[in-house]
Amino acid sequence: MMATIRIPTPLRSYTGGQGEITVSGQTVQEALDDLLRQYPDLQKHLLSEGKLRSFVNVFVGDEDVRYLNGMETPIAPDARLMIVPSIAGGCSPR
Amino acid sequence: MEVVLTAAQKRIMEAHGEASYPHEGAGFLLGRVEDKRVVIEEVFPAPNQREAEARRNRYEISPHDFLRAEREAAGRGLEVVGVFHSHPDHPALPSAFDREHALPRFCYLITSVEGGKARTTRAWHLREDRVAFEEDTLIITSTEEEA
Repeated sequence: MMATIRIPTPLRSYTGGQGEITVSGQTVQEALDDLLRQYPDLQKHLLSEGKLRSFVNVFVGDEDVRYLNGMETPIAPDARLMIVPSIAGGCSPR
Repeated sequence: MEVVLTAAQKRIMEAHGEASYPHEGAGFLLGRVEDKRVVIEEVFPAPNQREAEARRNRYEISPHDFLRAEREAAGRGLEVVGVFHSHPDHPALPSAFDREHALPRFCYLITSVEGGKARTTRAWHLREDRVAFEEDTLIITSTEEEA
């Protein structure tokens, strides 16, 4: 059994159209590292200066990892992770 | 890229922008991507999660609402193809903040709302290198043609 990561629709063009990717790893970080090894083109949309972009959320099951142990959150061998964007913007820098 | 939507869908977005004024209003675009065209099948507003004092120039839709929109789209054989939002008393041009938060391959429709009245709606997508937006051609089909 391996963990899976669900990819949101707009990023599926970087995973050959696949919505769910099988990954290995014992923590959220390792699972994401494996995802980016498999699909390096995802990197610039998920990370900025090596960290998750502020609007990129990673869920383990129904829990946002920010409310667990962040990227160090351990995951079960059959964990279901999801990358879910917060949709954000606004009209001026102020 | 061309973005096709009906006059009725455009009116829903404009009305949401006007009702949200002086705050920003936002929501999802559901539809289909066909080669160089995005065809919008449905627009539906989503709550702006930002705190009241920030909503005048910021919007944020929660991850849970995004998942809900994806499920809704999948149930209809569609995709979430983009996002619409309003710019109160600002032009319908994407800001640097919009660009920083934009997703690739998404269609962004921005409506300027001046003094509570929707003025202009323009369509944009993020360039692959994330450095800028490019404008899309917005094609409005008449509501009569739908009937």
